Amino acid sequence: MQWISTISLWLIPIMIGFILIYGTLKKVPTYEVFVEGGKEGVKIAISIIPFLIGMLVAITVFRESGALEFFVSLMQPALLALGIPPEIVPLAIIRPISGTAALGMMSDIVAAYGPDSFIGRLASTLQGSTDTTLYVLTVYFGAVGIRKMGDALKVGLLADIVGIAAAIFIVTIMFA
Amino acid sequence: MVNLIWVGMTIIGLVFAIINGRMEEINEAIFKSANEAVTLCIGLISVLVFWLGIMRIAQEAGLLEKLAKLFRPFVKRLFPEIPDDHPAMGYILSNMIANMFGLGNAATPLGIKAMEQLKILNGGRDSASRSMITFLAINTSSLTIIPTTVIAIRMKYDSASPTEIVGPTLIATMISTIGAILIDRYFHYRRTRREVK
Repeated sequence: MQWISTISLWLIPIMIGFILIYGTLKKVPTYEVFVEGGKEGVKIAISIIPFLIGMLVAITVFRESGALEFFVSLMQPALLALGIPPEIVPLAIIRPISGTAALGMMSDIVAAYGPDSFIGRLASTLQGSTDTTLYVLTVYFGAVGIRKMGDALKVGLLADIVGIAAAIFIVTIMFA
Repeated sequence: MVNLIWVGMTIIGLVFAIINGRMEEINEAIFKSANEAVTLCIGLISVLVFWLGIMRIAQEAGLLEKLAKLFRPFVKRLFPEIPDDHPAMGYILSNMIANMFGLGNAATPLGIKAMEQLKILNGGRDSASRSMITFLAINTSSLTIIPTTVIAIRMKYDSASPTEIVGPTLIATMISTIGAILIDRYFHYRRTRREVK
């Protein structure tokens, strides 16, 4: 699995280098364009603060009250039989429903178990490898007035399950 | 849906806190986690600014269009119902490329534009066409190459190697996208078979 680690380490620097050289060759005013694009990053980060506060408070209340522990322990036998770490289940359930809720839950897991723990790595991989199916579905179909969704929801959710299973599988063979 | 989950989690949590006698912890948790959310977002600024800045250079240099051209032959096979040179194809490609590079904000309007075109292709009906379902399936399985927010969060909690999850994420994404395409194909096959009967 050495090559996957090599990709992890090299991909970002290589992409940055390539984009900068390509931009220079195409006579893009690189630094000015970089600053202009960066401004959008500030806007995005600030604009998600209220979403994240709402979700993180709800998640923390749910966890600190012992509710999370209770539901996880209910499912534990079945999950362990399937090789699914119970701690990851709340994130797996919320990932297709709300992006910011998943972001809050992922950072909560990373904070609680540590980013370099098995659960922390799994949560990180899971967060990046599937998208918010319900959000995409409502926004895209809603915007153009599609009412009969056909198989779209089923296909999207099944694909999420494949993604979750793939994340568990890869993180297990790489880091466990 | 989100409203229900949000209220549900909080209320169930409060009820459990009463049962378990954890009111003190809950009080602390509410204010601590709100604070945590703010520092988290502030921490996200660094990575988001850098990445979106770099991506803007790629955009201005025409790199994203070039990539779209490169992917065109593959993507065309996924959407057999879309005629050559139809604007829907261009929007779908730009949306996919934007998603790949984590430009969610740029991807959404392009996706909506693609949907508009697909609706026109479908005679303006209010039911989802085959291409629409395929497009959604690919979109929701996420094609991210660099999970920037995840890296930022791992940095914030002092990971020894914040980027070590890039490789696994890439592979998981590929598997989920291939899975989405196969599942979409299977459902399409089932629909057409039913229609023949």
